[in-house]
Amino acid sequence: MTDESKKPNLDDLQSRLDAARAREAQETGRDRKHGSGGRNNNGMGLGFRIAIELVVNIVVGTGIGYLLDRWLGTRPWLMVVFVFLGAGAGVMSVYRVAKGFDDTVGLGQASRRGKSE
Amino acid sequence: MANPVEQFQIEPLVPLHIGGVNVSFTNSALLMVISVALVTAFLTLSVRGRALVPGRWQSTAEVFYEFVANMIRDNVGSEGRKYFPFIFTLFMFVLFGNLLGLIPYSFTYTSHIIVNFGIAATVFVGVTIIGFMRHGTHFLRMFFPHGAPILTAPILVPIELISYFSRPFSLAVRLFANMTVGHIMLKVMGGFVVALGVLGILPFAFLSAITVLEFGIALLQAYVFTILCCIYLNDAIHMH
Repeated sequence: MTDESKKPNLDDLQSRLDAARAREAQETGRDRKHGSGGRNNNGMGLGFRIAIELVVNIVVGTGIGYLLDRWLGTRPWLMVVFVFLGAGAGVMSVYRVAKGFDDTVGLGQASRRGKSE
Repeated sequence: MANPVEQFQIEPLVPLHIGGVNVSFTNSALLMVISVALVTAFLTLSVRGRALVPGRWQSTAEVFYEFVANMIRDNVGSEGRKYFPFIFTLFMFVLFGNLLGLIPYSFTYTSHIIVNFGIAATVFVGVTIIGFMRHGTHFLRMFFPHGAPILTAPILVPIELISYFSRPFSLAVRLFANMTVGHIMLKVMGGFVVALGVLGILPFAFLSAITVLEFGIALLQAYVFTILCCIYLNDAIHMH
């Protein structure tokens, strides 16, 4: 084991660690921020994801429409509207998955980030 | 051939009714208790030595810790550090649920959509509250993209809202679908092994490969579930 007198200073250790990490980031050429891409790179995972996004968005849209109808007593009109809005949201989600954008809220922001990368 | 969906049957072990509500202790609950006990035992016992140079068990525990810590740092940033205990618990609970389900004759509680939805809804409600607490009503700006014509708001805002509300559902359904499909596939293939006699060696080989794949999926889905929670948390904290 190490000598008591040569016990490493934690601050010193931290600075050396930071330097090493910066070096590693430079060498591997990737920023670890927003490292969420690259998952779902197998075909089955991607297929699952697209199917689930499409179906779930339509179901949730229909559900919201149904509940609003029950609340406002406008059956069945809001439900009809929300089925289509849900389909729109589903297609938007699938588009985002297919384009490989991140999963944050808002297509506009995600696509801007996706292009700048 | 055994019914391939029989494995998802919930059976009450200790029937219990309180005020007309069925709160029986089921096989699902038993597996949850086992997984919580295992996680707790694994993490507390393995780091008990507190060695500077970790042994095998301590290294394993540290791998999990660092994995989740890195995930939070990469996706949420340093502000997400205070949510580490929750995210870590989430990850270990889902991971152990997936892995314990692969033991023959056990039960996979993550193959029940209501369990996943319970977890996902907790995350969703929590993240929304965090968002409103940190940004107030400014949080609602997230649902309308910058620079879009104001006339498109009646269409864009509901679409973004629906897509926001479908998050816990898609989170729950994805874990549920992956787990259920994998287990049904294992069961059906297992039925072929018995039914085909000597030729059963072929599905048996396939079954072995599928089992390895299922271990991979168990890890991957726990990872995906947790990282999506991190991304949602990042949304609420930073809002871009």
